[in-house]
Amino acid sequence: MTSSDKSIIEVNDLVTHYGDRKILKDLNFSVEKGEIRVIMGGSGSGKSTLLNHMLALLTPTSGSIVIDGVDVVNANRKTLLKLRQKMGVAFQGGALFSSMTVGENIKLPLQHHTKLDEHTIDIMTRLKLELMNLAGYEDLMPSELSGGMLKRAGLARAVIMDPKLLFFDEPSAGLDPVTAVELDELILKLRDAMNMTIIVVTHELESAFKIADKITVLFDGEIAITGTVDEIKNSKDVRIQNMINRRARDEHLDAEQYIKRLTTGKN
Amino acid sequence: MLTVFKAKIEHLGGVGINIVESSGRLGLFLFNTLSRLWMYRFPLEETIKQLLFIGAKTVPLILISGLFTGMVVALQFYDTLIRFGSVDLLGAAVAMSLIRELGPVMAALMVIARVGSAACAEIGIMRNEQQFDALDCMAIDSYHYVMLPRLIAAIISVPLLTAMFDTFGIGGGYIVGVLIHGVSDGAYLVGMADTIIWNDVWMGIVKSFLFGLVIMCVCLAKGFNLHIEQKQSGAVGVSQATTQAVVLSAVLMLFVDYIVSSLML
Repeated sequence: MTSSDKSIIEVNDLVTHYGDRKILKDLNFSVEKGEIRVIMGGSGSGKSTLLNHMLALLTPTSGSIVIDGVDVVNANRKTLLKLRQKMGVAFQGGALFSSMTVGENIKLPLQHHTKLDEHTIDIMTRLKLELMNLAGYEDLMPSELSGGMLKRAGLARAVIMDPKLLFFDEPSAGLDPVTAVELDELILKLRDAMNMTIIVVTHELESAFKIADKITVLFDGEIAITGTVDEIKNSKDVRIQNMINRRARDEHLDAEQYIKRLTTGKN
Repeated sequence: MLTVFKAKIEHLGGVGINIVESSGRLGLFLFNTLSRLWMYRFPLEETIKQLLFIGAKTVPLILISGLFTGMVVALQFYDTLIRFGSVDLLGAAVAMSLIRELGPVMAALMVIARVGSAACAEIGIMRNEQQFDALDCMAIDSYHYVMLPRLIAAIISVPLLTAMFDTFGIGGGYIVGVLIHGVSDGAYLVGMADTIIWNDVWMGIVKSFLFGLVIMCVCLAKGFNLHIEQKQSGAVGVSQATTQAVVLSAVLMLFVDYIVSSLML
């Protein structure tokens, strides 16, 4: 089996800018089928930008992203639509449609992409709600759900088509520890039960160490390391040790630049 | 001095570029939305839902505003016509001004106030909450699923609402002219029927059709492009986009009104 047979995502020489600012600097990595890959990094490290590029919501300056054999940067609309039917995305805030009930939100992809009858769609929706511990909530509006429930409802919608590939943006952010652990368990259950490849973007260490097969750590738009949980924990990189041990960055202060920033407001 | 002058020119240039960019985005938005008519199956169910919101639920507002507009127009015309001893022309004057001009414009303004602002705010919030990203990721076309039903519902609703506005306006004129000021009801109704020709009604229909298209296109596009056009995100961005949508749709509607009038008169 060649490397491209095993891998479902390949990111090659990815460079992106917001205006003049370089956000992602020549990223290269691949994700194997059936793997849970966690992408970590602090605020502003570029992990959300990377996720948006993998979802083909943004166009990079250069480089390529190949998902399941499709170059998403250069793919035409039709190919992208086909690929996206094999992908599920759970957004940070759920991104449920506020004008629809939870059940209507979850069944939306099935109604659009399958010819199943309403009764079957209803059963499949309830199955996914059961899986997410949301049984009985299908007739509620999203505004009536808590933060954790919204995330789980978003996850139910993301997996309703049984995708090969699931992206999950910040599953634990803003949740209490018990709900966060429940979501982690759910991610592991999904991988085991449905054999999905799962990409999780998070900055929560505990969650990452619990679910990840491999972790890619980003710092300032560059990959600091990609490795297993043990490899990350044993890394000698100071930035990674600071992150693991929750130490503040020990930045060298240039007195001249500091005065310039204070007096002119510019770097 | 030269620096100040250069800065002014740069500012003007920036404004010019912004206008061209916004117009381009608006044109593209309209093209993308209408192109879904032949790319996909027509979204009948969603369009009916939007007809209920844009059309049916606006009816009470249209009837009340139509009635009062007709009454005030009749009062103004009565006051003028009585000076020339021509009150028999009241019915014709009220009907003509309502059918050709006031009906389409006032009904469109009511739709902007009740529906346009709400549509822009709803779409803007959907943009802020990543709901369009979610639709993209679910391989559901936003133009087809969200925009097209709203646009079609507005194009159907505004002419119908205008017709209701005209009818209640003529009724309001009847109340003021005939019932309050004692103008002969025969003169009011027959004068109206004799003066109004098919071309007047056709002008009202063309205007209200185009107003529906312009209003909804501007309001939806302002919400949809919120992340590109607004400097601030969040609630401030939505509020700014909504204000711009209401102002721009009203101004564009009046511009279209002038163009259609000058072409059809």
